[in-house]
Amino acid sequence: MKGNEALGEAAMRAGCKCFFGYPITPQTELSAYLAKHMAKRGGTFLQAESEIAAVNMVLGASSCGVRAMTSSSSPGISLKSEGISYIAGSDLPCVIVNVQRGGPGLGGIQPSQSDYWQATKALGHGDFQLLVYAPASVQETVDMTFKAFDEADRYRMPAMILSDGLLGQMMEPVMFPDIVPDIPEKPWACCGHKNKREHNIINSLYLKPDELENSVLERYKRYDAVKRECTDAEAYLCDDAEIVITAYGASARVAKSAVNGAREKGIKAGLFRPKTLYPYPVNEINEACRSAKTVLSVEMSMGQMVDDVKLALNCRIPVEFFGRTGGIIPTPSEVLEKIESLSERSR
Amino acid sequence: MAVVFERPHALCDVANHYCPGCTHGIIHRLVAEVIDEMGIEGDTVGICPVGCSVMAYDYFNCDMIEAPHGRAPAVATGVKRAKPDSVVFTYQGDGDLAAIGTCETVHAAARGENITVIFVNNTIYGMTGGQMAPTTIPGQVTQTTPYGRDPKLQGFPLKVCELLAQADGTALAQRVSVDSIPHIREAKKAIRKAFENQVNKRGFSIVEILSTCPTNWGMTPLEALERVRTDMIPYYPLGVYKDKTVWNGEEDK
Repeated sequence: MKGNEALGEAAMRAGCKCFFGYPITPQTELSAYLAKHMAKRGGTFLQAESEIAAVNMVLGASSCGVRAMTSSSSPGISLKSEGISYIAGSDLPCVIVNVQRGGPGLGGIQPSQSDYWQATKALGHGDFQLLVYAPASVQETVDMTFKAFDEADRYRMPAMILSDGLLGQMMEPVMFPDIVPDIPEKPWACCGHKNKREHNIINSLYLKPDELENSVLERYKRYDAVKRECTDAEAYLCDDAEIVITAYGASARVAKSAVNGAREKGIKAGLFRPKTLYPYPVNEINEACRSAKTVLSVEMSMGQMVDDVKLALNCRIPVEFFGRTGGIIPTPSEVLEKIESLSERSR
Repeated sequence: MAVVFERPHALCDVANHYCPGCTHGIIHRLVAEVIDEMGIEGDTVGICPVGCSVMAYDYFNCDMIEAPHGRAPAVATGVKRAKPDSVVFTYQGDGDLAAIGTCETVHAAARGENITVIFVNNTIYGMTGGQMAPTTIPGQVTQTTPYGRDPKLQGFPLKVCELLAQADGTALAQRVSVDSIPHIREAKKAIRKAFENQVNKRGFSIVEILSTCPTNWGMTPLEALERVRTDMIPYYPLGVYKDKTVWNGEEDK
């Protein structure tokens, strides 16, 4: 199944009842799949007049307590950032999919990872975070979609699936878990009080600074829990690794091949692959880098996650960077070459 | 002793922040009276705009959602699609609905989104201190048109009811005023129709209400009401621009 279509199927199985989108490449198949299947299965698919309208429709549906999702690709996510900030500020859960393409501006339509900073640090104005999941296979895209809906509801915050044009377009076999979605009660929802309770208000406006600060502090307490409970990562051949490659998503697939190549040449290389980008798996990376002398961040960007790698390692270990951008996927041999040169240097 | 006049239940018993003489208070009351009379408070979800009525969520007793600037029709769409049995209304000013939110407004109408839009037109941005609005009348002095709005420089105002009457999905587009008792009675009838249309699944209904802003117009409340009659109604004629009593699209969306 195609990555984008599998994501759409997973969303419906995870209890997503409303999808609002706007056409953009390379997320196209996701919308098309949901347009075909969602109404038949008791949900709502609506093509909005803009990315801005789509994300605000998500805000409305989520306000009713319904699981809702929108998807786009890089330039479209920039347009959604206003709504995402309001959703976060109103403590609403939802899932946002970014099938990344090259930027800035209109950029290109080939796979890229140049929205890492946007996803993890700057998806709108104000103090807030999104849960950010970074799948590296179609199966993981499916599994993370279920998780994203659950955790978004649990912490009342938006969650993002940070995919890319490669993961979205490629086909892999996939198993859908046999899960009946367990959607929590949402007593805060605005769906009519039925004359049984006080009226609910969903709002992100606090004109008094102390009230606004308190609302942000409360949100950051939840983020602390998210940091304790939601980090996820894979460490591959890291136990004795002297060179640890850090990479997520599509570039981690390339990096894994390069690590295997390096091992064949007797170089002690390993791969650390964060599956959550916010919260960043800080403990896990330190564990994976115990024997590392050098760390190499491999990305399809000019170097964005590399900052988080340095922060997580507290600059204890030298961190190098290798990346291709603009829609170019690095080849395993390019990465292997870089590993070899680092290995020689450290000898 | 019989009670002959009281606060509608759908209106919260709190002091509001509106300026003296502003007609938001009248319009809030009319909406609340209609909600009471139709017995729909428990099913109603209101969407607030950004602007003077941004804090309307504290004034209406139904569930309320605060939308980003101009996005109320999109938020309302999300609510209505998720919960088709709810009664959804937006309450928006002219800057919110006819400038930054034009796209959301026009497309909600074109889709025949089954919602009720209460559009308060006072020809100015009130909350931010009186700047030119999309509805500011030619010649009108505002903070950002200190020499009067000159159509050669700032273009012409948008006539929203006339515009939305062209959309096939619009069930009702009516302009009313609250400057006098007969006009207030007319306004309430229009608001009631706009809510009834929704309950009867007739599509998109908008009631544009000419309103005052004594503070930013630099007028007394009485002068402001007079301006509605002398300047606004001639430019924005009251009346029904579209009334499709039989909705011939899909019954429930």
